[in-house]
Amino acid sequence: MQITVIINHRQVTLDVQPDDFLVDTLREQGLYSVRRGCDTSCCGLCTIWLNGKPTLSCSTLSFRANGQHITTIEGLRHEAEEFAGVLATEGADQCGYCSPGFILTVLAMKRELVNPTEADIVHYLTGNLCRCTGYQGQLRAIKKYLGVIE
Amino acid sequence: MRKYVGQALPKTDAIAICTGKPVYTEDLAPANALVIKILRSPHAFARIKSIDTTKARNVKGVECILTYKDVPKVRFTLAGQSYPEPSPYDRLILDPIVRYVGDEVAIIAATSERAAIAAMKLIKVAYEVFEPVLDFEQAIDHASVVHPEADLSCNFDIGMEKGRNICSTHTLAVGDVEQELKNCDIVIEETYYTQAQAPAMMETFRAFTYLDHNSRLVVVSSTQVPFHIKRQVARALELPATKVRVIKPRIGGGFGGKQTGSGEVFAGLVTLKTGKPAMFIYSRNETFSCTTSRHAMRLTVRLGADKDGFIRALDIENLSDTGAYGEHASTTFMVCGDKTLPLYNKTRAVRYYGHAVYTNKTPAGALRGYGATQGTFALESTVNKLAAKLNMDPAELRLKNIIKAGETALAYHGNVLGSSALESCIQKGKELIGWQDKYPRRELSNGKIRAVGMAVTMQGSGIAGIDTSSAAIRLNEDGHYVLLIGSTDMGTGSDTMLAQVAAEVLDTPPAEIIVHAADTDVSPYDPGSYASSTAYVTGMAVLQAAEDLKKQIIAHSAKVLGVTPEQIAFDGQTITALNGSKVISLKKLAEALVVGTDKSQLVGNATYGSPISPPPFIAGFVEVEVDPETGKIEPIEYVAVVDCGTVLNANLVKIQVEGGIAQGIGMAMYEEVRYDEGGQLQTNNFMQYKIPCRKDVGRITVAFEESYEPTGPFGAKSIGEAVINTPSPAIAHAVANAVGVSVTHLPITPEKVFMGMKRK
Amino acid sequence: MFTLLTVAQPDTLEAAYKVLKEKKSNAVLGGCAYLRLGSQKINTGVDLSKLGLRYIKDSASSIEIGAMTGLRDIETNVALNNYADGLLPKAAANIIGVQFRNVVTVGASVFMRYGFSDVITALLALDTEVELVKGGQMTLAAFLDTPRSKDILTKIVINKTKGHAAYQSLRNSASDYPLLTVAVSQLDGEWKIAVGARPTRAKLAMQAATLLGQAGNDMTAVIVEQAVQAAVGELSFGDNRRASAAYRQVVAETLIKRAVAEVVACR
Repeated sequence: MQITVIINHRQVTLDVQPDDFLVDTLREQGLYSVRRGCDTSCCGLCTIWLNGKPTLSCSTLSFRANGQHITTIEGLRHEAEEFAGVLATEGADQCGYCSPGFILTVLAMKRELVNPTEADIVHYLTGNLCRCTGYQGQLRAIKKYLGVIE
Repeated sequence: MRKYVGQALPKTDAIAICTGKPVYTEDLAPANALVIKILRSPHAFARIKSIDTTKARNVKGVECILTYKDVPKVRFTLAGQSYPEPSPYDRLILDPIVRYVGDEVAIIAATSERAAIAAMKLIKVAYEVFEPVLDFEQAIDHASVVHPEADLSCNFDIGMEKGRNICSTHTLAVGDVEQELKNCDIVIEETYYTQAQAPAMMETFRAFTYLDHNSRLVVVSSTQVPFHIKRQVARALELPATKVRVIKPRIGGGFGGKQTGSGEVFAGLVTLKTGKPAMFIYSRNETFSCTTSRHAMRLTVRLGADKDGFIRALDIENLSDTGAYGEHASTTFMVCGDKTLPLYNKTRAVRYYGHAVYTNKTPAGALRGYGATQGTFALESTVNKLAAKLNMDPAELRLKNIIKAGETALAYHGNVLGSSALESCIQKGKELIGWQDKYPRRELSNGKIRAVGMAVTMQGSGIAGIDTSSAAIRLNEDGHYVLLIGSTDMGTGSDTMLAQVAAEVLDTPPAEIIVHAADTDVSPYDPGSYASSTAYVTGMAVLQAAEDLKKQIIAHSAKVLGVTPEQIAFDGQTITALNGSKVISLKKLAEALVVGTDKSQLVGNATYGSPISPPPFIAGFVEVEVDPETGKIEPIEYVAVVDCGTVLNANLVKIQVEGGIAQGIGMAMYEEVRYDEGGQLQTNNFMQYKIPCRKDVGRITVAFEESYEPTGPFGAKSIGEAVINTPSPAIAHAVANAVGVSVTHLPITPEKVFMGMKRK
Repeated sequence: MFTLLTVAQPDTLEAAYKVLKEKKSNAVLGGCAYLRLGSQKINTGVDLSKLGLRYIKDSASSIEIGAMTGLRDIETNVALNNYADGLLPKAAANIIGVQFRNVVTVGASVFMRYGFSDVITALLALDTEVELVKGGQMTLAAFLDTPRSKDILTKIVINKTKGHAAYQSLRNSASDYPLLTVAVSQLDGEWKIAVGARPTRAKLAMQAATLLGQAGNDMTAVIVEQAVQAAVGELSFGDNRRASAAYRQVVAETLIKRAVAEVVACR
């Protein structure tokens, strides 16, 4: 099937199989930030934005992206590096494998929630699993970051 | 005041890994690498009667299909352990006998995943199915023998009796424990079960292989142990060691799971057979079922004390389940006793003994804590029971009995404890959790119950007398440094931390030090990052290599300036002769040494291994809220006070603690392991196996009480493993204080708590 | 690994249903989060994207939710949050994570009659109807009792009967399936008690609800206890990996009691 997608503001036309999932299609386009962490839609590592909404790319059939906007962290480079810098000041980057999906979700939250409480932040990010950090440093970084941009 | 060691410096790779740069194994693979899929056994124990790959070979895109008939017949171990490994050589690349559901049956390599999977479906296998050994408590002398093969060999006598399914045997006994128990006023006996916790690192197992311009096999792997992988690949593929190179790029976590090889031998064999690059990527399912997990253990503890609360006798029997293969069986078994019993040194007799047994289940391997975690759960739970029996504050009971610096213990192999701040850790922890007000419990107006619990732990720093690490640091032509190490930063930030160590010695900002790790062609030998060895062992090698280089810099600049080395002052940037009249910058010196008149590119070298393994200590305190109507436990706050010696990087060490506590909370409360009657692991994905999400862990508070360990770099010990040990016993304690139910079988679930309450 | 040979994206519901019926192995493509877990071999997947089924329409008398609406949109929707103490959003909010809820559709969750579904439990405690292409319009309760057959669920209609509702569930890890779900409502004076993840799918405890109704405004602990016992008496509980039947029943008793108390407190 041929689909036309706007990936990180660039329009591309792609050939996909009906049962291809976005995570693989995006990796094939060289977007290596998008990766699998599990087989069961549970971990959030593959999170991308579909029309600005955080969405699991492992569970989204590629043909459904036809005519839609997809954003990966490569498309938010400066904002992502800014927040990544804050994460790094907490040491909360660790292995980094969950980071792109996590950061995309944080940046979506930044746009969607106004003055979130700690409970709001934790709730929004519940679908992003991390095995390295114990989540505390990530929360410290988010609070710092949201405080900075206030 | 130190300039660089101790600072909360960000990791050098932070921006790249956070923003998804292609720096992990999968990202680096050649575009045309063959895709490897593995056909796996559906049976827990069987023999392949026949295997027909004819139809499968004809699938378009298939390049190679290998069965047990096509592989070298050399048995090996996948264990990442120093050679000679204390691990049985009980594996073949492909074996006609399959020993667990998921054991490898055929290797398929194709140009696409679809082709490989299509081919896999066409492979016809006939099995002779045997009765599997699924209950580790029935393994010894079971009618089925998991490893009947005659060519299984061991480098050491680990007490294997393979005909009885015994993989290893161990006894540590000092004094007459039976007699001492008789003399005790109080004897507490209890049996505990810990589960086969999964490492569950976010990046699953993967590696790719190719032949380079010298026809050498290059393996790029998400591994913690490149040098061990090199050795095992060479052995398994019958290649000389000179023909194998292993490179470790950025990796997405390990926690010990990647201290054991996985599919490197498969990819290597495919590359040898086809001449082409090949890559395998294990799914999450395969990562759970077909790599390694923690050893499940049954620990029976008998603790004897006098009425004043001194622990006089400790007797622990351990039955450990190593699953289908024995990589880390004997060593985790030993660590379980070695890193628990010395904690309490008022004992007059101790005994620790038992077996690790083979079963037809997912193999056990290395996981953070490595036996000490299981032992800590059993021992600390029992000590807490003693406190209850004596009606004594559990913290006071610890303070009465714990080993102090300068002391030895019966189970401490004649060692004397060098450094410890455990006493302060306990006092500080009590303060931070609010122990005085909260112990043991209080009922809230909404009917919920809040209670506190505690546990203490020790671990080690590297493997005494065995872990040996080399480091080299070179002065570049432009006055910067290159640090060559073989340790494996798996997200921990050890590359950054080791640069801080070198920077402190050379009095230069860490940004001036390029860190290279790890490539077996380039890196000096390092066992890899496991056994809590990187800060303590590799760190000391780095420190000594930097000191060696500094000495050489001073010696050479003395020559250049025409003075004696004693007259040289070096501040990291500039070398001056004592009278101040002669000066040369490091940059100029470097140029002169590399390309100028005084030709001698300087490299500092060191090899370090310690005869001791100084323990870090942690005192863990937890407050939980229990809902007595459902048994649901909510962790409110976890306080961990840590003595890891000098803290080398304030942030990175803190995060190790927070991350380890979270994993410990997972083991304590959420990570259930289940098999079905046929031996299939049911909890083999994140939908069934629940690592904690961020709502599950509560608040984690970390504090440090630094002792100074003279044998460690700048006084440091280690942090990597001890962090996971306290939550299980501390939470069990808090739950017992809350509702009077002692859960001895992990994890502590609401149902177990509630049904325990009902039974009372 | 599930496979999909072709995709149809029909413009009308009739056309969609026609394609669905053409081959046994044709299937509707919902959110696909569950589909990808299985090994179903679908010949033609019927994609409903062009049928305008992604909506939440609020009117004075009802809230209509198109089948392709994601659970996250349900969670954040103002009208749904304002109706019946936000019962449906509260139920949806428990499920895995935001990015998962942006994938999963309410139509698929309901059509598949999942036992573990928080969403079905909540909907069952409201005055809910579903509309199907073949089956037409029926109450959710009736739909849940009909055996699964090829059909396309197009929308869910929640009649905005005035009243209060409460949601309770028990999970070990917060990102896990529930081991029991309860939704209790009192709408226009009539009580509903829905219990799900038993582990089988949500069911109404009718006798228990009647008992509560008889109490009128004089709800006492005794009556609640009677209703709780009636509820666990008329519903069945089973064992599964997450919990035993005995424990589920105890949890149900506690959660029903708490949900009733919550509703009473709201009045």
